[in-house]
Amino acid sequence: MAILSKDDAQTLLKKVLSYTTADECAATLRGRTAGNIRYARNSVSTAGSQDSVSLAVEARFGKRSGIATCNEFDDATLRRCVQRAEEIARLAPESPEYVPFIGPQTYLSPPSTATTLLTAATRAQAAADSMAVCAAKNLTSAGFLDGGTRFVALRNSKGLEAYQQTTNTDFSVTVRTADGKGSGYAIADVTDPAKLNAKVITERAANKALSSVGAKAIEPGKYTVILEPAALMAGDDLSLLGGLVFGMGAREADEGRSFLSKKGGGNRKGEKLFDERITIYSDPMNAEVPGNAFDNDGLPTKRQTWVEKGVVKDLFYTRFWAQKNNVPATAFPNGFIMAGGTQSTADLIKGTAKGILVTRLWYIREVDPQTLLYTGLTRDGTFYIENGKIKFPIKNLRFNESPIIMLNNIEAIGKPQRLAGCLVPPLKIRDFTFTSLSDAI
Amino acid sequence: MKRRDFVGLTGLATGALFLPSLPGFGHTAVDPARLLEPGADVIVKKRLADAALNAAKTAGASYADVRIGRSLNQYVFAREKQVQNIVSTESYGVGIRVLVAGCWGFASTSVVTEASLAATARAAVEIAKANRLLMKEPVQLAAQQGYGEVSWKTPLQQSAFEVPIKQKVDLLLAANAAALDAGANYINSALFQVNEQKYFASTDGSYIDQDIHRLWPTFNATAVDTKSGKFRSREALSAPVGLGFEYLTPNAAEQVRGPQGTDTVGYKLRYDMLADAALAGKQARAKLTMKSVTPGKYDLVLDPGHLGLTIHESVGHPTELDRVLGYEANYAGTSFATLEWKAKNLPYGSKEVNIVADKLQPGSVGNVGYDDEGVKTREWDIIKEGKLVNYQKIRDQAHIVGQKESDGCAYAQSWEDVQFQRMPNISLRPGKAKMSVDDMVKGVDKGIYIAGAGSFSIDQQRFNFQFGGQLFFAIEKGKITEPLEDVAYQSNTQEFWGACAGSCDQSDYRLFGTFFDGKGQPAQVSSVSHGSATTRFNGVNVINTARKV
Repeated sequence: MAILSKDDAQTLLKKVLSYTTADECAATLRGRTAGNIRYARNSVSTAGSQDSVSLAVEARFGKRSGIATCNEFDDATLRRCVQRAEEIARLAPESPEYVPFIGPQTYLSPPSTATTLLTAATRAQAAADSMAVCAAKNLTSAGFLDGGTRFVALRNSKGLEAYQQTTNTDFSVTVRTADGKGSGYAIADVTDPAKLNAKVITERAANKALSSVGAKAIEPGKYTVILEPAALMAGDDLSLLGGLVFGMGAREADEGRSFLSKKGGGNRKGEKLFDERITIYSDPMNAEVPGNAFDNDGLPTKRQTWVEKGVVKDLFYTRFWAQKNNVPATAFPNGFIMAGGTQSTADLIKGTAKGILVTRLWYIREVDPQTLLYTGLTRDGTFYIENGKIKFPIKNLRFNESPIIMLNNIEAIGKPQRLAGCLVPPLKIRDFTFTSLSDAI
Repeated sequence: MKRRDFVGLTGLATGALFLPSLPGFGHTAVDPARLLEPGADVIVKKRLADAALNAAKTAGASYADVRIGRSLNQYVFAREKQVQNIVSTESYGVGIRVLVAGCWGFASTSVVTEASLAATARAAVEIAKANRLLMKEPVQLAAQQGYGEVSWKTPLQQSAFEVPIKQKVDLLLAANAAALDAGANYINSALFQVNEQKYFASTDGSYIDQDIHRLWPTFNATAVDTKSGKFRSREALSAPVGLGFEYLTPNAAEQVRGPQGTDTVGYKLRYDMLADAALAGKQARAKLTMKSVTPGKYDLVLDPGHLGLTIHESVGHPTELDRVLGYEANYAGTSFATLEWKAKNLPYGSKEVNIVADKLQPGSVGNVGYDDEGVKTREWDIIKEGKLVNYQKIRDQAHIVGQKESDGCAYAQSWEDVQFQRMPNISLRPGKAKMSVDDMVKGVDKGIYIAGAGSFSIDQQRFNFQFGGQLFFAIEKGKITEPLEDVAYQSNTQEFWGACAGSCDQSDYRLFGTFFDGKGQPAQVSSVSHGSATTRFNGVNVINTARKV
């Protein structure tokens, strides 16, 4: 039941809409089937699975709206769900931010995703493969594998009809030396689990762990850094690039409480805020990071450029804020692509006279929303580079840096890699600000 | 309250399809009238639980526990003069954990029938058998007495769910108006209400019925100076509490004034949201013209509403035994306070540092009678006169540190998640000698008084940290002189607690708390409080966070 086909989902939604007497009605069906395995200290600590489907109905009378949900699908329950939504709508005050539902739309067809999924057995095998790599080298692994299929189907009384199914698998592993003096990390996410090789990913983390033993302390200060993609975009924590792109809301900027607010009023759309080599866009048709075809409102997504050659090209406009400002609304994408070059991380290291290689950043928190200043620390593999080579591992460091400043101090951009559903290149940045040392390993 | 009244008032909800992406929000939205319906009778729950326990034992489990859970939430969100969202959610189901030949298995179901629970118990046994292939060491479970049929309820005066939604909405809109009138341009406010109805049964012979309530009113007020393009915010100084709606009835006896010259107010077990919002509007506006701090070493005087977060990050998390052992290595990290580190009897802080763990404090969000593996809650020392004396543990960890009993620290965010080790309330004991905040400030030559929690970050082994705050005031020669901005302090956990020079007395003691403390993969959230009195730390490194972009 968890994954309904397009036809089955729309048949169910048609039935739901047939029960309404509201001026406008919209129904959304979502389902998920997924499983995970977690291991640490070379043993499994958690293994589980989830299957769920739920329906949300929004009924409207004029500018009054009511919403009800259910997760049972017999006729009586569906009727009751619609009735509840209508009952609430009739009693609701008018919404000052009302915008009518949209009608039929034309959607792109993002590249299809995998049909063969991980099972409990294949998840356990991946964990076993990962643990075996570490056992052979007297290392300790801690990893997490999670993946499955989702679908979403929309239908409304204005004729909108939408359906999409997606798959995703995420794997990450931290490998530590037996004496606790070295730690390494690697991460990957794919739409097709057949492309995920836990052994290879774990070997990468294991090599980082072994080479990070004996870290030396260096003085905090401004350094040239090479930030690997995992240090720029993270799936389980805030991240420097994520904080930047997800903070590009037009309303907050227009209201004067965003890094994109303009002195004297308005926003900074059209201004050059970053190095001209910085281009950030989203593209649901990208084969490596296929995106959502539509957002929660049913708005079709498309290739959209947010930053082009350092210039802020577009901001996110909700339907209400777009209507208020007489501009097109923005369908919110689920992935970002930062344009890059052809150089690998190794190439970037080769071209560095003095600098620091960062595997991963951790506990990133916003310090000042005005300047988008973030703090956080390096983790699980930090190395000093000299004359194009990694010379020695260094102790972890705390940074205080703004991605706005960072993206103005670009030395080089590498080849983008998939991470957290985005394509992110490794970046070489000058004058990255570290403010203190950490003894954490 | 009649169902019809509830339904009518929920009509204020708009856009509930776009539920906030809060951790632990995966419950099904429901008609709010459902929040008042009684859950299943304990006789029914016992029969269901026995069906699961018997099936687990028959299938080969040496131990089994069953958690029949019903989670009820209501979240109300408002901005400026309008309600943004009212969301009522319910989640009902059963989680079953089994031990088979020394290996854990877990399964859950939302179909709450005897047949379904028996089948789910058998599924958990099968998972345990499958996981056995990857097992390194068999689980050793600390013995636990069965308590028979017992119950526990949060000591509250008025359930927040029984309060009409209109009253809650009116409160938030009034708070918003107070902040806007006082100088804010924008304000977002929210009221989080949680009720966990938990029934726990185990093969040890416990049948524990608990009714747990939590509440958190909060807001963020922002002032903008369009001319300069500058904006500043001040968040609520409330705390999440294990209380009913009575928390929102102002009571002067539950207010604590900050030091002279600061115009700050802290709250104990009653909160004046309107007064705090008005002050926040004024202070957010005042922040637009405050003096930027000069970096350097300062003696810090930390208000409990601020210090609680520092305690949480630098003591609460590092003393979690699962983290110490490496189970969180891939996500939240490990800990500097390893078993070897503790064995060396290394100092955690100065002799002024006495930190206690408990799940007993009235008003705290960690307050429960029993944990999620049927262990009666208690109080124990974590740090005594600056030395780490104990960790936080659950039943399968006690033997690792040579103990025979669990500390009662197991928690799962819902019936469908497996229970694991989570932080109890971790609190700094107040000073024994009488001392007011003004007395403390009098003794500081060059310092900063900090109120309210701001940005926070700590490394994955809990050494190096950086904290901001909501309000900062310079102290010179024993007096508050002026407000400051751009303040953050950086330290190392041991150095920081080593610099602890003492706390005010019990009269200043208050709780800080968090509703959404994350840990684990898949991530789960839990709620925890941290108590302290205003405390002084000498010679801490303060940085200036101002930047030009």
